[in-house]
Amino acid sequence: MEHIKELLYKMADDLLVLGHRNSEWTGLGPLLEEDIAFSSMAQDKIGHSQALFQILHELGEPEPDTNAFMREAKLFHNAQFLELQNDDYDFSTIRHFLFDHADQLRFDNLANSSFEPLAKVARKIKGELKYHVFHADIWLNKLGNGNEESHARMQTELNNAWNYALGMFEKGDYEQQLITENIFEGEVSLQSKWLAVITPIIEKANLKIPSEKDWEPVLGGRKGYHTEHLDQLVTEMGEVFRIEPGAEW
Amino acid sequence: MINSLDPRIAREKINEDNNIAPLTEMDQFETYEVFHQKKRGDQHVHAGIVHAPNAEMALLFAKEQYGRRGLSVNIWVVKTNNVFASDYDDADIFETVPEKQYREAGGYKVMDKINKYKKENKV
Repeated sequence: MEHIKELLYKMADDLLVLGHRNSEWTGLGPLLEEDIAFSSMAQDKIGHSQALFQILHELGEPEPDTNAFMREAKLFHNAQFLELQNDDYDFSTIRHFLFDHADQLRFDNLANSSFEPLAKVARKIKGELKYHVFHADIWLNKLGNGNEESHARMQTELNNAWNYALGMFEKGDYEQQLITENIFEGEVSLQSKWLAVITPIIEKANLKIPSEKDWEPVLGGRKGYHTEHLDQLVTEMGEVFRIEPGAEW
Repeated sequence: MINSLDPRIAREKINEDNNIAPLTEMDQFETYEVFHQKKRGDQHVHAGIVHAPNAEMALLFAKEQYGRRGLSVNIWVVKTNNVFASDYDDADIFETVPEKQYREAGGYKVMDKINKYKKENKV
């Protein structure tokens, strides 16, 4: 079961951490309607992570809230990309675009997983993921093709985000076993699908993917190596829960 | 520096004397009227408005504002400017001379009552 747990942990942590980061925009979004949409998607992500923590719980891991809010940063398996601070909306939009496409493709593959509990979750959240990607694509296109400033900002943030984004596909220790047992297609296959899907959308937004010779995936997140930003995030995220663990809210 | 309990505000390091520029005309996006359909075959019903820079984004926002409780199967957005509306000054065009009641379709009112009864009593 260790291989399945590893897969679930990295997915659940990605979603929890990004969900939290995106929720930091609540009340501060660029316009009311977008604030509501972005916050609602952040909530969706926390919900998806909860579903995965629930499966982990059924496999003998701690109960979801405890697992999410009581772990130290070094026990998190999310890619470093997702813990980075929001900075401006340009970076958040780029991260939303790069992550959500990977997320949709991952769940798309898992909908046919031989591990039924995960396949069930994947099928259930399909519609939400479709909206998330729809939202990301429209913003990328709008800002990439907007004015000079919006275009320059998007290109800068795409460059900044790129190597971190490649870190989402860091391989785990059980990669081959997951593939052999038809649980998950593996990170290599996922990354190539991801590139094929996002490349034309990025081009349509008049943006350029950094040249391949500069690709250096930022690895380590899956093995518990993180930036100082995750400490800050984990402390803040669990602040209320830790006042009285187990309280009914 | 504004010292807020909300970490998102605190992190922004906002100065106390941060003067917020007053709203100017046209500093908002234009509005779109949102219509949603509860189930296929039903009429689209006006749900509200959203601000958006284009129709595509209006649809994006409309879905979250008005369609996220699982009550819609379809959404329309229409630029508010494209709605040709009657003038409130002309509200008297809706008035009818009382003697022409024979021309009013009173039967519909009865149907409303019948339908309401059916709905409430699940007939």
